[in-house]
Amino acid sequence: MKSGVLNLVLKRLGIAAVTLLIVLFAVFFATSMLPGDTASILLGQAATPEAVAGLREAMHLNDPAILRFLLWLVGLVHGDLGTSYANEMPVAALIGGRLVNTMKLAGITTLLSVPLALTLGITAAMLRGSVYDRTVTILSIGIISVPEFMVATLAVLLFAVYLKWLPALSSVNEAHSLTDLVRIYAMPVITLTFVISAQMIRMTRAAVIETLSTPYVEMALLKGASRGRMVLRHALPNALGPIVNAVALSLSYLVGGVIIVETIFNYPGIAKLMVDAVATRDLPLIQSCAMIFCLGYLFLITAADVVAIMSNPRLR
Amino acid sequence: MTIAHATTSRRSFLGHSYSVVGVVAALVILAWTLVAILAPYLIPHSIGDIVDDDYFGPMRQGLWLGSDYLGRDMLSRVLMGARYTVGISLAAVSIACFSGVVLGMIAAVTGGWLDTCLSRFLDAMNSIPSKLFGLVVVAAVGSSIPVLILTLAVIYIPGAYRFARALAVNINTMDFITVARVRGESTAYLIGSEILPNIIRPVLADFGLRFVFIVLLLSGLSFLGLGLQPPLADWGALVRENIGGLPFVAPAVIVPSLAIACLTISVNLLIDNLPQKIRDRDA
Repeated sequence: MKSGVLNLVLKRLGIAAVTLLIVLFAVFFATSMLPGDTASILLGQAATPEAVAGLREAMHLNDPAILRFLLWLVGLVHGDLGTSYANEMPVAALIGGRLVNTMKLAGITTLLSVPLALTLGITAAMLRGSVYDRTVTILSIGIISVPEFMVATLAVLLFAVYLKWLPALSSVNEAHSLTDLVRIYAMPVITLTFVISAQMIRMTRAAVIETLSTPYVEMALLKGASRGRMVLRHALPNALGPIVNAVALSLSYLVGGVIIVETIFNYPGIAKLMVDAVATRDLPLIQSCAMIFCLGYLFLITAADVVAIMSNPRLR
Repeated sequence: MTIAHATTSRRSFLGHSYSVVGVVAALVILAWTLVAILAPYLIPHSIGDIVDDDYFGPMRQGLWLGSDYLGRDMLSRVLMGARYTVGISLAAVSIACFSGVVLGMIAAVTGGWLDTCLSRFLDAMNSIPSKLFGLVVVAAVGSSIPVLILTLAVIYIPGAYRFARALAVNINTMDFITVARVRGESTAYLIGSEILPNIIRPVLADFGLRFVFIVLLLSGLSFLGLGLQPPLADWGALVRENIGGLPFVAPAVIVPSLAIACLTISVNLLIDNLPQKIRDRDA
């Protein structure tokens, strides 16, 4: 029976690998084959046709697309992400430090939002139908239905304008002490935590409620187990799989959230780098950033699926 | 249904019972639709006119929602913004749902390699984060209204496809489909006359949810400066251009955000409060 799970997981990983290839191709296709000649964009309007032709030759733009795609893939495997058009620096050097900043932001957000969301989600499910549950549900629906930048602007209004606790902008380089550090990360982290937690609370609540409606939980209730014991000992162990699944899926919303949050708070992460690269049409940089985001996203949704497979007792 | 009749917050209309919240939400959506259609006749000032000496002016008589970062009338700009936000999103969601649902039904009815290839490909498309997809396309082809509509539609086709296919696969196993097949009906007849009428209600609810996603994504892109380009401005772009008013708590930055929230929350509430019969996935 064990091999059944293993097979399913391997199959899922195989699908992820195929998906990755398709996604890489889509990113490459979108950035290098759509209308808009890269060479003439780079050289500007005053470029002579000869100069454009020369640059096209030098950039291998005349080669067949599939060849360029393969060359690009080979470069990726060797860790060569290409050279930025805008400032002629290797893309890998531009991304390096920024990626660490974004990972820090994502990491801190995860550490904060997972315990918060699980606590709220599970307690809301336990007290289903109460005022507390309804407040949590309405708040989380509210946060899901508004754009991330609105959560961010409201957070700025509350913490920076009215309460004057925190600065509205981040600048990682000015961090000298722990308090500085907290003040810098506070606003982006608060915003992201709201966005991610709202999703997670909803999914966790749904998962626990589903488990609570199973016959064995009813049995525990009839046996006279207390409400806390019923949830913690009987329901929760079985809801663990769906909950971890919900966590992984919610964390994939980080990818979208981080793009908005880094821009609004001027946080020097990879998403800000990418948005700036879009403004200057710096295609190699966009390709690499897009790829990193797709990788992260794909990793999280695959992880969610794998957890769902492994935690399904019927497959064991 | 007995519970529905017992509570006073529900009323009966055309055989369905509707909750008050749902009715209010529907009215709000109707109001925004009317605003989007009639905006040019409703605006008190032309959207380009500078009518206030001060920028980020407060709400006062004549300038009901204050003025923006150039001293333009915010009320007019929000009303005109509704056109773009609602119009573009509606066009995109229509294309996305139509293509997704038709492809989903075809895949379910045909099955075989077509189904496998289509599902695999669209699932792969689904694993590109939506904002990122938008960013990459805008980087490649620039931003204009047709590009935005098509991009938003393409981003949400996989979701609509998956939803419709799952529903259609269930219907496809029913006896009346087998009967129709034995009669020798064409695929077009099968999906149009046998499957579609059975899945149309959940598909419409899904249409609403997807509309919300698209409004949020469009606003997000415009907020990043990658959506609608000036001088046109949808609600996301209005927030972006007035973000400098945040420290002054200018209505110019708050009102467009509230407009988005008002629209999206209304659609969500309407769908949540639809009669169970319409909302149910396996209706």
